Amino acid sequence: MRPAVSALACALLVAGLAALPLFVGGYGQGVLVGLMNAVVLASAWALFSGPTKYVSLATVAFFGIGAYTVAVLTETMPFGAILAVAGAIGVAVALLVGLATLRLAGVYFVIFSFGLAELVRQIITWFETSVNRTLGRYIFIDLSATAIYWMLLALAVAVIGTRWLIERGRLGLAVHAIGDDEIVARHAGVDVTKVKLALFALSALAMTLAGAIQAPRWTYVEPSIVFNPNISFTALIMALLGGATRLWGPVFGAVPLFFFFEWLSVTMPGQFSIVLGLTFIVIVFLVPNGVLDLAEKGLRKTRGPNAGDARHV
Amino acid sequence: MFEIRGLSKRFGGLQAVKAVDFDLAEGEVVGLLGPNGSGKTTVMNLISGVFPANGGSIRLGGRRLDGLPAHRIAKEGVSRTFQLVRLAPSLSVRQNVLLSLSFGARPVSGREAERRADEALSRVGLEGVGDARVPDLNYIDQKRVELARAVATRPRLLLLDEWLAGLNPTELRAAIALVGSLRDDGATILLVEHIMEAVRALCPRSIVMRAGEKIADGPTAEVLNDRRVVEAYLGGAAHV
Amino acid sequence: MLLSTLVFGVVLGGTYALVALGLTIQYGVARIMNLSFGEVVMFGAFATFVLFTGASLSPVLGLFVVVPLAFAISWILYTVLMRPLVKRARHPERVEIDSILVTFGLLFLFQGLFTQAFGSGYTGYGWLQAPVEILGARVASGRVLGLGLACLIGLGLWAATTRTRWGLTMRAVATRPAFAALVGIDENRVARQAFALGGAIAGAGGAILSMYQPVTPIDGGFLTMKALVIVIMGGIGNMGGALAAGLIIGIVEALVSYAVDPGLTLAATYAIFLAVLLWRPKGLFA
Repeated sequence: MRPAVSALACALLVAGLAALPLFVGGYGQGVLVGLMNAVVLASAWALFSGPTKYVSLATVAFFGIGAYTVAVLTETMPFGAILAVAGAIGVAVALLVGLATLRLAGVYFVIFSFGLAELVRQIITWFETSVNRTLGRYIFIDLSATAIYWMLLALAVAVIGTRWLIERGRLGLAVHAIGDDEIVARHAGVDVTKVKLALFALSALAMTLAGAIQAPRWTYVEPSIVFNPNISFTALIMALLGGATRLWGPVFGAVPLFFFFEWLSVTMPGQFSIVLGLTFIVIVFLVPNGVLDLAEKGLRKTRGPNAGDARHV
Repeated sequence: MFEIRGLSKRFGGLQAVKAVDFDLAEGEVVGLLGPNGSGKTTVMNLISGVFPANGGSIRLGGRRLDGLPAHRIAKEGVSRTFQLVRLAPSLSVRQNVLLSLSFGARPVSGREAERRADEALSRVGLEGVGDARVPDLNYIDQKRVELARAVATRPRLLLLDEWLAGLNPTELRAAIALVGSLRDDGATILLVEHIMEAVRALCPRSIVMRAGEKIADGPTAEVLNDRRVVEAYLGGAAHV
Repeated sequence: MLLSTLVFGVVLGGTYALVALGLTIQYGVARIMNLSFGEVVMFGAFATFVLFTGASLSPVLGLFVVVPLAFAISWILYTVLMRPLVKRARHPERVEIDSILVTFGLLFLFQGLFTQAFGSGYTGYGWLQAPVEILGARVASGRVLGLGLACLIGLGLWAATTRTRWGLTMRAVATRPAFAALVGIDENRVARQAFALGGAIAGAGGAILSMYQPVTPIDGGFLTMKALVIVIMGGIGNMGGALAAGLIIGIVEALVSYAVDPGLTLAATYAIFLAVLLWRPKGLFA
C-alpha cells in the first residue's frame, strides 16, 4: 500500500510541476527555470558528495562545459545530438579527474575540484582567443522557457530517480558503507574507487546537461559567464541546507535558498557574496546534517524519548 | 592451501615484517602470537590488502594475492575482522552482512542473500536482530555482526584480529565456543590473539613473531614453552 | 628575455613558497584545510596598500603592522570558527569536511568584503620600480626586495621550527598527534598557534606580493589553489618540499606566461598537479 501511495504522490507532484508554467507569465517561467536548475544542481551534487562525503567544488566546471558545448555546436546539429555530445564531454572530464584523484584521499579530490572550473575556463579562453581569434559566441537555438523548464524537470526526475534506485539496490549498501567507513567497504569486496567514479560521472553528467539545456536562454555566452563560481557555491549550500545524505534533502534546500538568493541579488547585489558566505557558515554551524535531519530529530523528541541516536541514512 | 613466502614490510625506517614464511592447511586453525609491535597485525593487513608488501608472496589455493587491492582479495575468499570493531553504522545489522554477501566472494542477491544473511546472524547468536541499528548494539554484539559479515560469504580463509579482546569472562567463553563451532565446520582460520586461554582452546598450532620475524611455529603447547617465545613475551611484558 | 623570465619566476616562486609554507603549517599541524587561506594573503596585500597610500608607511615597515594583524585574524578565526567544529565532531573526517565548507564560505565572505572596499579591478601602488640588473636581466627593485624578504622570513621560520623547543612541539603534533598529548602537549593550543602562525605568514606573503604587482579581490582563490598544489607537491608538512615546489610552480608559471599565454598560469599549475597525482601522490620528495 505505502509504496503505491508514494508512487502516486510523486506522479502527481511531477504532473503538477509540469503544468505550472502554463499558469504563470514570462517572468514566472524564467523563475521556474532557475528554480528547477537549482533543484537539478543540488541533487546532482548530493548524488555523489552525499554518500561519499567527498566535497566537490566543481559543479560549475561541468555546468560550464555543457553550456559552452552548446555554444560551439549551435546550428551544426539538432539540439538532442548537441546534448548527447555535451554529456559525453562532461563524463569524459569527470572520468579523467576521478581516475587521477578518487583512488587517493579526499583532500586531493577537493583541491582538484577547487581549481577545475578555472582550469577549464582558462583552457577554453586560451583556445578561443589564440586559435579561433574570438571570445564569446552567439547561440541561435529557438527554445521557449517552458520547453527548457520541462527538460530540466525531466532531468531532476532522472537524477532523483537514479538516486532512489541506487538506494534501493545492492549498490546502495556499497554507497552507504563507503560513506561510513571505506575500509569496511573494501574488505567486504566493494571496488570503492569504481563506485565513486561511477557516482561522480553520473553527477557530472547531470550538471553538464543542466548547463547545456539552459544555454539557449543566454543567446550570448563567454567563458566568464558560464563558469561563474557562484554556481558551484550555491548548489553546494542548497544540498547542505536540506541534507546531502537524504534523497529529498537537496530539494528542500534548493527551494528556499533559490528564492533567498534571487531576493538577495535584487536587493543587495553588491553584498551578495558577503551574505552568501555568511549564510554558508551559519548553515554549517546550525544545521550540519540538514533541515530534514533536524525535523526528524524534532519529531522523534515529540513522539517519545526512546528514539536513540540520530544516525541518518 | 594458503602459503606465505618471504613476506616483508617496511614503514619508513622500521622493518615491521621480515621475510616471514608459513603455510596453512585446509581447515586448520592457527594462532598468530607475539608481543605488541611484533608485526602480527601487519601480517594480517598484508594478507587482506590494507597495504602492499615490499617483498614476498601470498598464495591462496595457488592464486597470488599479493599486489591485489583489498576488494579483490575479499572476492578471492579472504574475510577479516578488525582489532577495533569496524561496521557501517548507517546500515542495519542485516545490511552490514548483506554488504559482504553482495560484493564478496561468490556474490548472491535478493531472497537468497537475505536468507544467507539471517543464517549468518543466527550462526553468531544474533537471530531476530537483523533490523536493529548498529549503534544500538553493545560491544560484543557489534563484534558478532562483524563476524557474521566475515563468515556469511563462507570464506576460504578467515582472519580474526583480536576478535576476543575486550570481552568479559562470560562473553569470552561464549565467543570461544562460537569460533570453535566455525572450526568444527571446517573453516580455515588465522587468528591474532593475546588471550592464551583462547589460543590453547582453539588453535592446535601456533606461530610466534617477534620484532617482525617468525621465531616459532608448531603445536601450541610446545611453542608456548619454547625458551625464545617466553623471552619474547617477558621482554614484551616488561614495558606493559 | 628568457633570463629575465626565469628571474621573474624565481621571485614569484619565492612568494608562492612562502605562502605555501604558511599553508603547510596550518594543514600539517592544525589539520585544517583552509580554503580561505589566500584571502589572508589578500588581506596582507590590501592592508599594505592602505598603509602605504593612507599613512605613507613603507611596505617594509608595513610588515610590522600587517603580520601581527594577520596573526590575530587567524587566531580569532581558529578560536571562533574552527575550534567549535573540532570540538563537536565525533570523527576527524567530519572536521575535515566541515572546515572545508566553512572556509569555502569564508572565501566568499572575504572576497565580497574586499570587492566592497577596493572594487573588482586592480589595486596596487608604484613603489621601488627602478630596475636593477641581475645576471643581465633588468628587474624592478621591488621584486628583488620581495624575494629577499621571502627568503629571510622563510629562513627565520626554518630556524624556529628546527632549533627551538616550540618548533619541536609543532613538529611533534604534525607527525604524531596521538602521542603529543601523552608528553603533555596541549594539542588545541599548538593547533591554534600553528593556524595563527600560518595566517601571519600568509599576511607577510600578501604584503610582499603587493610590493611588485597589483592585486584583485579574486586573486585569493587562485593563491589558495596554487598553495594547495604546492603543499601536496612538497608533501604535507614538509617545509623544504614546499620551498622547492613553490619555486617550480613559480618558474613554470613565468615560462608559460612568457612562451604561451599569461592566461594559462593556473592550467600549468594543474598540469603539474595532475602529473604529481599520477606519479607521486605523497609528494615529490616522499
